[in-house]
Amino acid sequence: MDIIIVGCGKVGSTLLEQLSGENHNITVIDKDASKVGRVTNSYDVMGFVGDGTSYSLQMDAGVEEADLLIAVTGSDELNLLCCLFAKKAGNCRTIARVRNPLYNKDLHYIKEELGLSMVINPEYAAAMEIARLLRFPSANKIDTFAKGRVEMARFKVQQEHKICGNSLSQIRTQYKCDLLICAVERKGEVCIPDGNFVIEPDDIISVIATPVNSNYFFEKIGADTHKVKDAMIIGGGTITYYLGAQLQNMGIKLRIVESNLQRCEELSDLLPKTMIINGDGTNKELLLEEGLANTEAFVALTNIDEENILLALYARKQSRAKSIVKIDRSSFDEVIRELDVGSIIDPKYITANYIIRYVRGMRKNSTENSIETLYKILDGRAEAVEFLIEPDCPLIGQKLKNLQTKDNLLIGCITRKRRVLIPGGDDSFQPDDSVIVVTTHTGLKEITDILRR
Amino acid sequence: MNYSIIRYIVGWVMVIECGLLILPGLVALLYGEKTVLAFLAAAALCGVTGGLLVLRKPKNKVFYAREGFLTVALCWIVLSLAGALPFFFSREIPSFIDALFETVSGFTTTGASILADVESMSRGLLFWRSFTHWIGGMGVLVFVMAILPLAGGYNIHLLKAESPGHQVSKLVPKVRSTAGILYGIYMLLTALEIVILLFSGMPWFDSFVLSFGTAGTGGFGILNDSLASYTVFQQWTVTAFMILFGINFNFYFFMLIRKPLQAIKMEEIRYYLGIILGAILLIVPWIRSLYGGWEETFRNAAFQVGSIITTTGYTTTDYDVWPQFAKTILFLLMFVGACSGSTGGGIKVSRILIALKALKKEMNSLIHSRSVKRIHFDGHPIEHEVMRSVQVFIVAYLGVYVLSFLLVSLDNFSFETSSSAVAATLNNIGPGFAGVGPTMNFGDFSILSKLVMIFDMLAGRLELFPLLMLFRPAVWKKF
Repeated sequence: MDIIIVGCGKVGSTLLEQLSGENHNITVIDKDASKVGRVTNSYDVMGFVGDGTSYSLQMDAGVEEADLLIAVTGSDELNLLCCLFAKKAGNCRTIARVRNPLYNKDLHYIKEELGLSMVINPEYAAAMEIARLLRFPSANKIDTFAKGRVEMARFKVQQEHKICGNSLSQIRTQYKCDLLICAVERKGEVCIPDGNFVIEPDDIISVIATPVNSNYFFEKIGADTHKVKDAMIIGGGTITYYLGAQLQNMGIKLRIVESNLQRCEELSDLLPKTMIINGDGTNKELLLEEGLANTEAFVALTNIDEENILLALYARKQSRAKSIVKIDRSSFDEVIRELDVGSIIDPKYITANYIIRYVRGMRKNSTENSIETLYKILDGRAEAVEFLIEPDCPLIGQKLKNLQTKDNLLIGCITRKRRVLIPGGDDSFQPDDSVIVVTTHTGLKEITDILRR
Repeated sequence: MNYSIIRYIVGWVMVIECGLLILPGLVALLYGEKTVLAFLAAAALCGVTGGLLVLRKPKNKVFYAREGFLTVALCWIVLSLAGALPFFFSREIPSFIDALFETVSGFTTTGASILADVESMSRGLLFWRSFTHWIGGMGVLVFVMAILPLAGGYNIHLLKAESPGHQVSKLVPKVRSTAGILYGIYMLLTALEIVILLFSGMPWFDSFVLSFGTAGTGGFGILNDSLASYTVFQQWTVTAFMILFGINFNFYFFMLIRKPLQAIKMEEIRYYLGIILGAILLIVPWIRSLYGGWEETFRNAAFQVGSIITTTGYTTTDYDVWPQFAKTILFLLMFVGACSGSTGGGIKVSRILIALKALKKEMNSLIHSRSVKRIHFDGHPIEHEVMRSVQVFIVAYLGVYVLSFLLVSLDNFSFETSSSAVAATLNNIGPGFAGVGPTMNFGDFSILSKLVMIFDMLAGRLELFPLLMLFRPAVWKKF
């Protein structure tokens, strides 16, 4: 597919990193020559220096033949204008990043009237992700499949959990619930486990199940399952606003700590039911005074990554709260991951992932491959791919235990007529099933690619 | 420094060379020559060594600019060493240094020969000699990139290190497709020339071999008098194609994607054609008395100018007997060279244009010390980095020239011979003046001079830096 990306900042680069590995012809446009130079030196893409809203530059970049234009510069208006031009000049699909909360209310109108295919707001997306995590505090990360009917939750096994020392087949018989442990991270290595795999403390496991079943399972093994009732947020930026509004609706009691008085007043107008505290979030006494020790969730959303990490580490020490940290620059994420900071939220990564999910969906229409959704999971080291089984698929009717599948590949679950099924060896694919495959092999294109060649 | 990826790519280049060596082997077989064995032996040696090198895939496929430079330089050296084997094995060029000189001259599209009597060579070797021009013209690694799915976006470093010009840009987003398009255009133009020459009644062997030489802007002929004994039409055809191959290939790409306006707007090509026309007009009056008619005068002037500026090196006449002014123009054209992004050598028209613009700007700022002016090229502003690299390139170019001249003059040939020999090899032209003029050859130089010129040819083809890097110890260190 021919894709034009306008703006190679954080989101743009993440998009490039992912999409350039997937056989697309990508052209980037940015005003900053050094940024263009950097990306063209590290990815197989073509670069143009200039303003993305310039019609002639868009023509040079080949907007006429392009299938998709993604505008992710820092300016909302520029992004929208870019998309508008591209739509008129090349009749391609367009995605714009629009982050101003002012536009957020009218997002639907903007999208429809300007003919955009997708509008993405990084802060809003990040806030939604945090809200989802607060609903289910044991998990580090939750992804949804099959229109929300299936969840993949990732969580860290603690010493006190009852599954430690059990093999997967034991777990299956013991807890009798329909779920699948589809990936295990141990000391930085990802593996797709089989029935003999024994769970140890500190493993990070990813579980595929329906929300009901996973709740049931976590309850059984002694993990926290109730949603949090109160939360403390440090930093009063845009994410805090979206998150505050969302949590207010969910009935979660909130305390927001923000150092700028003016911003506090603004927030208080925007979130009338929420308690806003004017103070320095890095002040220990203030945090303790405001009940850090007893809060159920702690969300560090200041603009400084280091501060967020330290705050989360401190919160882990002082309380048993679920902690969530926002990281903007994830260059050292392998180090951060080793620290016990709880869940990590990276708005640019989330944004890029939303866009990539859209792009992969598009690919389905253009080249007829049957991928529904594709998640890069565990930091891109594994993929969870949702396939739709076409009526002419050669695998239909064969028992799964007879299929010679690749190593490190697992058929996670089958959604058949709205029923979710964790398959065993005697199950088989039926037409119109939606099948989730978890694997460390990247680049599966067809369901038949799961077979060993 | 990622040595394993360098090993891997060098290995692939050898495997490909093994394949390329089969072709002249077939030609030798067709003419029933014994040299077929020499080709088979060389191909087998290449294939086995290359095969061993690519056996283990490198785990870490990341490479940066310095690996790019080093890979390109090493690939070309290995390519030349292996390419010299057929000459050496067949004993038609008994000295290995001479065989190496001939091969490097081929791959770098120079066309300087150590052979006194070309006509006595066997057909297979003549074919290989010219075929190396064709391979070297567009670049081996560009070819490797077109057929091998190499590491992600990093191979732009290879394209940059191998392709001539001050700024290497892609035509389409993917390096692999870009390489494919370049080779496509290259093959198409070559095929066109072959067909036209065939129609003009040239024998099959000659039209293939001459077209390879023109396409790569090489210059190895197969007759002792180069192209003088071919017909008028054939000479004009070769002139036209030499000039066409000296044009930036982006021009053809824009034509192909039906953006002729963008093609015509290319500043470099306008100046390139202007320089050619100007040089012809300046030379014609001086040589009018040497030839029979106006057509012949123009043909010889145009052929020689086209041949020298594109750094091909074919000749139709002994320009060494021309008056001094005409010879000086040719000498200067040697340094100008063809367009960037073409198969030609030299400093390149684009660099000279940018340097001249910088000169004008500098003069201007001496008068108006507060004036601010950005230099534009093709309507785009030139980044400071590019400016700097152009200036450094020209200085380095002259530096290499002076040093080589000094070393070559140890052989005690005349001033004109030594200076033009170095100019002809560094700029990838072929024949020079006096002792290395169109009717002479490079055979009489000492081994040292030959090695210096081998270096010059490689340095000229790869635009200095990849080769100069080899001499920086820091490049070889792991850290």
